[in-house]
Amino acid sequence: MLAAFIGFEVIRRVSPLLHTPLMSLTNALDAIAVVGAIILAGEHRTTLATILGTVAIVSATSNIVGGFIITDRMLKMFKSSGAKKA
Amino acid sequence: MSPATSDLLIEAAYIIATALFILSLKWLSSPTTARRGVFAGEAGMLLAIVGTLLYRGIVDYRWIALALVLGTVIGIPLGRVHMTAVPQRTALSHAFGALCVTLVGTAEFYLRAPAVPKFVMAVLAMEVILGSLTLTGSLMAAGKLQEVLPQRPITYKGQNFVNLSLLGVAVLIAVMLVRDPSHMYLYPLMVAIPLIFGVMMIVPIGGADMPTVISLLNSYAGLSAAAMGFVLDSKLLIVAGALDGASGFILSVNMSKAMNRSFTNVLFGAFGQEQTAAERKEESRPVRSATAEEAAAILAAANKVVIVPGFGMAVSQAQHKVRELYDALTKRGVEVKFGIHPVAGRMPGHMNVLLAEADIPYDKLLDMDEINGDFPQTDVALIIGANDVTNPAARSDASSPIYGMPILDVDKARTVMVIKRSMSAGFAGIENPLYYLDRTLMLFGDAKGFVGNIVRELTGGSGH
Repeated sequence: MLAAFIGFEVIRRVSPLLHTPLMSLTNALDAIAVVGAIILAGEHRTTLATILGTVAIVSATSNIVGGFIITDRMLKMFKSSGAKKA
Repeated sequence: MSPATSDLLIEAAYIIATALFILSLKWLSSPTTARRGVFAGEAGMLLAIVGTLLYRGIVDYRWIALALVLGTVIGIPLGRVHMTAVPQRTALSHAFGALCVTLVGTAEFYLRAPAVPKFVMAVLAMEVILGSLTLTGSLMAAGKLQEVLPQRPITYKGQNFVNLSLLGVAVLIAVMLVRDPSHMYLYPLMVAIPLIFGVMMIVPIGGADMPTVISLLNSYAGLSAAAMGFVLDSKLLIVAGALDGASGFILSVNMSKAMNRSFTNVLFGAFGQEQTAAERKEESRPVRSATAEEAAAILAAANKVVIVPGFGMAVSQAQHKVRELYDALTKRGVEVKFGIHPVAGRMPGHMNVLLAEADIPYDKLLDMDEINGDFPQTDVALIIGANDVTNPAARSDASSPIYGMPILDVDKARTVMVIKRSMSAGFAGIENPLYYLDRTLMLFGDAKGFVGNIVRELTGGSGH
């Protein structure tokens, strides 16, 4: 609850300018679900759990890697007119 | 390392990672600190993963290593897609996130069943239902955005009834499982029905509703991850999921406000078009059209120009030509700004990214609320590939389907120029009275080609 509240306050202040990077960044952060998947795949309790965990790691990792790369690429493009005159 | 120290280390890593995630989003609030935000996010992620690898319950690292490598291999190309493809990439990553959450939830269920405590079962059901409907819903959205699936909304009678009953059945099964988790045969149904619901939910959605849908799926993905956090009792996961859920939620509310739909309407996915399709009056009222030469002359004589880009600009890949136009006008001392409607493009903020990619400084990109006060002092409003978001009927005509939707007040500018391929109505199939105003000049042609011609006129016919 507290987290949701803090999140709300923080995110409300993100300008519409950066809404696309915001979405790709929260998406990458969301992939923290990978920690649950890592434990599943590593504990080796049942074959089913290991397989599901492994696939889950693959999909979450692709989100982490892809999400961070594209967010950074997008943000790199945002330049102010002060910083650069065409 | 003794077990106690490793537990302590993991706990510490998670707390720091949580803090870094919150800082990461805080820094994203301004373009000047935003890249630091990405770095904080990466650092937090790395810390959390390394911390987890220390967990002493892990006996076998082979599968983990393989999966991490494979995920990275898939992730890199996903991070390198073209900027116009960002919406479908985002939808796809919602699907991946949801897949991960659903799989983990499923594994947890079969590990713990039939002895699942009521609370855990309830959050697990929420995790899996949201996860699986987000999975198929996002895949459908990505398919529509990539145009491998028809973009046209498909509707039929009783659609909402069918959809809501599907969801109702899924919730009913969830309740039964909470009351008695030993009904393990019900579990696959609880996954399968939301999977179908996800598809059915997106079927009636058309292209212009995509910004709302993507935000909504974003929110669902976050909420399911937060639910997973409760299942696994991981505060880090709860926080990250809640942040994602909250951001998706805020964006969906923004988008639905910008399209003048009530939020409950959006929440139930029941927001496909009002299919009345506003029967088109085929009256041929006179419009004034102009050539690139005339348009260039008017633009050159102006002091203040506001460019209003829409999805049409992205479709014709005109953003780099628009940048040349911006340069040419700025060089002549014309003040150029961009007015961007919240739902322009295919996801929230998409237009900003496309224009930033074309090297247009972000401080010239203004939100609807910021720019609307400027139009009365604006000499020329140049509309490129946008339609409904400029339609004055939204303000004045109570019978119009988009009545009440906030619009860009372009009609208050001294001259309005509209680059458009033809007189056909926009996505919503609504006639735009803006085009028949005396002060409006229609510039018929492809956005990229036409803007290119104007630039050539402005730079003295030399072209490039």
